[in-house]
Amino acid sequence: MSGRIAIVDYGMGNLRSVLNAIEAVGGVADLVAEPAALTHYDRLILPGVGAFGQAIDNLRRTGLDRALEERRQAGATLLGICLGMQLMCSDSDEEGLHAGLGWFAAHVRRFPDTPGLPVPHMGWNAVDFARPDRLLAGLESGGDAYFIHGYRVTCGEPADVLATCAYGVEFACMIQRENLYGIQFHPEKSQNYGLTLLRNFVNL
Amino acid sequence: MLKKRLIAVLILREGQVVQSVRFKHTNVIHYDAVHAMEAFNKWAVDEIVMLNVSRSADSRAGFAEAVERVSQHCFVPLAAGGWIGDEDYATRLLRSGADKLVLNTALAERPELVTALSRRYGRQCIVASMDVKRDETGAARIAVDRGQRLLDEDPVAWARRAVALGAGEILFNSVDHDGARRGYDLATLGELCRAVDVPVIAFGGVFGWDHLVQGVEAGASAVAAANIFHYTEQSTRKAKSHLARAGVPVRREGCELPSGRNP
Repeated sequence: MSGRIAIVDYGMGNLRSVLNAIEAVGGVADLVAEPAALTHYDRLILPGVGAFGQAIDNLRRTGLDRALEERRQAGATLLGICLGMQLMCSDSDEEGLHAGLGWFAAHVRRFPDTPGLPVPHMGWNAVDFARPDRLLAGLESGGDAYFIHGYRVTCGEPADVLATCAYGVEFACMIQRENLYGIQFHPEKSQNYGLTLLRNFVNL
Repeated sequence: MLKKRLIAVLILREGQVVQSVRFKHTNVIHYDAVHAMEAFNKWAVDEIVMLNVSRSADSRAGFAEAVERVSQHCFVPLAAGGWIGDEDYATRLLRSGADKLVLNTALAERPELVTALSRRYGRQCIVASMDVKRDETGAARIAVDRGQRLLDEDPVAWARRAVALGAGEILFNSVDHDGARRGYDLATLGELCRAVDVPVIAFGGVFGWDHLVQGVEAGASAVAAANIFHYTEQSTRKAKSHLARAGVPVRREGCELPSGRNP
């Protein structure tokens, strides 16, 4: 199914807005809930809003975790957005310690309590690029994207960090290795900035 | 650094975008909310709030459809509210494309609904809308039912209660300032911002871009307006450029144009 993008539907959050954004930049996407159907796609988006524990349980219960692993090993390009990026990491301490998909040697940890910096981190914040990448074509380092998250990713492998953001602490807000991408902010809610990223993904 | 947000509010009555003056809605601005959204997309607004101020609960289905149509063109966060009286309708608005729910009268009449929605969808999804009106003694009091019913409740206590119920954000408006063109109710806004640790959105009364700066100076995390953004070409770009020149950290996009005159 060349050209089409799978948006993985595992019961977590607003998939419609991701679909709307992909269509707005000229892409064609399907919401896919059936693990076997994922094999038809070589570009997949793992979106998600909600709690890490429930999300990883949903992926395992439905068998989508194994289908995604198969796609990863087959060389498909996978993009995790917000919770989807966090699920690609080793583990999260959101309400107990949960193992993730383990694709990145990275941990998901709550923001430290800091006076004047309420958690969740919500709003437009600057994305500073750590290195160039095809996904960042046409974007300048320091541009603003829309974040909403209470937990942040710390990478064990510095080379995986594609971009950082600062909110009391500096954290990885984009990660990449081989055919895997993770974005902590919401490109589908980051207007032209996010639409440019998604257009780049569509054209990868 | 986290930026101060600029929010455009679409006030809908029976599906049409209307002007609001002291919570009275007589003039239609746009027959179709999508037209307003398309303008704000070009003008680099940071966030959209859609409020259903129709007089009857029968408007709920039509409003959800309007949210759905707007969301197809909205690539910034979208909050929606008005007549949210049960979980099913709240869920319907989210499925229609809203990212956040705006709750007002429910804070008084169905506080358990606020808490249930916060648990189900997360605190970040719940915006407590607080309308404040001065009573005959001049004391600020909470108004519900689209500003029509005054409660004997102090705004600061009400804001703290809203946060305790599960709100992750506060949308503050003043019935007296709404459409009155003299800026936000800065005294009450400042008190609220000092009283709670969740973001406060200032709303109601903006008639010049300096009013937005005043809202930020009073402590607001976001500044909102409705009427003025519809009636001025390139409005949100001009507003943002004005904020940037006043030293307010704002999202870079939309600031590249030189600002026009203060209306």
